[in-house]
Amino acid sequence: MADFAAKAASSPVAATWRADLAAYRAVLASRIRAQRSYRASFTFDLISAGLITAVEFAEIWVLFHNVEVLGGLTLPAMMLVFGLAEMTFSIADLLVGHCDELPTYVRAGTLDVFYLRPQPVLAQLVTSNVGLRRIARVLGGLAIFSVGVVVSDVAWSVDKVALLLLVVPAATAIYASMFVTAAGLQFFLINGQEATNAFVYGGRYAASQPASVWPRSLLLVFGLAFPVVFTGYLPVLWLLDLPGPPWLPPWLAWACPLAAVWAWLLALGCWRWGTRHYQGAGG
Amino acid sequence: MTAHVSRARAAPVSVRPYWRLLVAGFRQQSAYLAAAIGGLVANVTFGFLKAAILSATVVAAGGELAGYDVGQMMAFVWLGQAMLGLINVYGRDVLGERVRSGDIAVDFLRPLNLQAAGLASFLGQRLFTLLPRGLPSFLVGALVTGLAMPTQVAPYLLGAVSVLIAMSLSYACVYVLNILGFWLVETRGLQVGYSVVAGFFCGLYVPVGIFPTWLQVLAHSTPFPSTMMTPINVLSGRVTGADALLVIGVQLAWLAVTLALGHLLTRAGRRHLEVQGG
Repeated sequence: MADFAAKAASSPVAATWRADLAAYRAVLASRIRAQRSYRASFTFDLISAGLITAVEFAEIWVLFHNVEVLGGLTLPAMMLVFGLAEMTFSIADLLVGHCDELPTYVRAGTLDVFYLRPQPVLAQLVTSNVGLRRIARVLGGLAIFSVGVVVSDVAWSVDKVALLLLVVPAATAIYASMFVTAAGLQFFLINGQEATNAFVYGGRYAASQPASVWPRSLLLVFGLAFPVVFTGYLPVLWLLDLPGPPWLPPWLAWACPLAAVWAWLLALGCWRWGTRHYQGAGG
Repeated sequence: MTAHVSRARAAPVSVRPYWRLLVAGFRQQSAYLAAAIGGLVANVTFGFLKAAILSATVVAAGGELAGYDVGQMMAFVWLGQAMLGLINVYGRDVLGERVRSGDIAVDFLRPLNLQAAGLASFLGQRLFTLLPRGLPSFLVGALVTGLAMPTQVAPYLLGAVSVLIAMSLSYACVYVLNILGFWLVETRGLQVGYSVVAGFFCGLYVPVGIFPTWLQVLAHSTPFPSTMMTPINVLSGRVTGADALLVIGVQLAWLAVTLALGHLLTRAGRRHLEVQGG
């Protein structure tokens, strides 16, 4: 986004700015059309994506098959945590998840093409695809969240609705920043896709756990460095009027946007560091 | 035509090229040290998350859950993290890309069995991950959370055998998945589905032993528990003696089935394959 802003500032006239946006719009529209044109393949992708949500939820359900309460949360409360995390992660994945492909470009040397075009590299990478199939996971997360709302008897009030309206975009931003952080680190790791994937997807895994079971070290990683605790656990404490552990008071949920800003600063730092380090493949 | 050429050349069977592929695979991975260290960090972090939630579950269940106490559950967690690099849960393999691009025709020209060559280099690449990733994450886990391991020798010997079979089985499954690319234009959806089901049923997140009964039956009707859960059970001494031999026998049976399936699909795919150009 800093690249983006810098670019905007360097464009002398607003007309260029508009032309830039039109270019992105055209690219994105073509990506969406392309994915929908192979119907069978797209349907299969949708089913697979939906399966991810189902199985990830099954992992949690298996635990609650054995115990009633885990880390102070019951299954209905966990459905809220899971649904919120899954929904916001999947929106981020839909928008910027293809940053995962960066190592392929770096290794093959095709990233150089991105440098040649008159648009910021990050903006190009982000618009290089839209994972439309991930819509299945967004809907899956929403469905599980909705069922969670019904079975857990949330006592709705204005502040709870306001918090949700605040958390959904902020949590999405947190996940999106994690994809960008991972992409930035790829410039150094080259073959480390599995490693950074594990951070992004590990973060997602962490997000659907009751954070009260974590030791302090994990709290530092997933509460501070990659603040996924703001994307599910903390907001749900507030929604259900639960006390939470002493070191994670529910009112912290309101700091979700701050966490998002911090996560983006980290992401842009990593991205900038990575692109400066990149030497190109010659040619 | 390609089929004739390669079959004529493949006549003298020798193990040496496959051994060389295995060594090359091992050395290839050693070139990406940063990636290996990154992998270790991720492995350990993921392990701590698993350890936190699973030990909380055992405690919430009253200190014992389906035969697991906390120490045994930690052994499950860290053996699993050590094995994560050894098997391919994601289902993605270079083979699928080569089938899609048509480069597979070149592979068919080589005087090697495609399946055996792939397996050899897979074993080499993955065994390497034990050094920078597998063993260190196990050690870190053992030191930080503690874990209960058997004191006899037998579980370790049988466990080593079981791990090698699990690795081969994992490759054989991924091979089948990727070779389907001969018939399907786009295998990504299938691959994603595979990674989700394989990860869940192999015991990557929660032990298959704590599933409800019907789900355990479902899991055991797939080869996936044999790719990870079985070697963990054998190594941790949860399954011993004749039972251990039995589960290793099950692993071997799955390996035979998936290798044979891969072989048949390769033969059929070869006839199906049309590559343009001369």
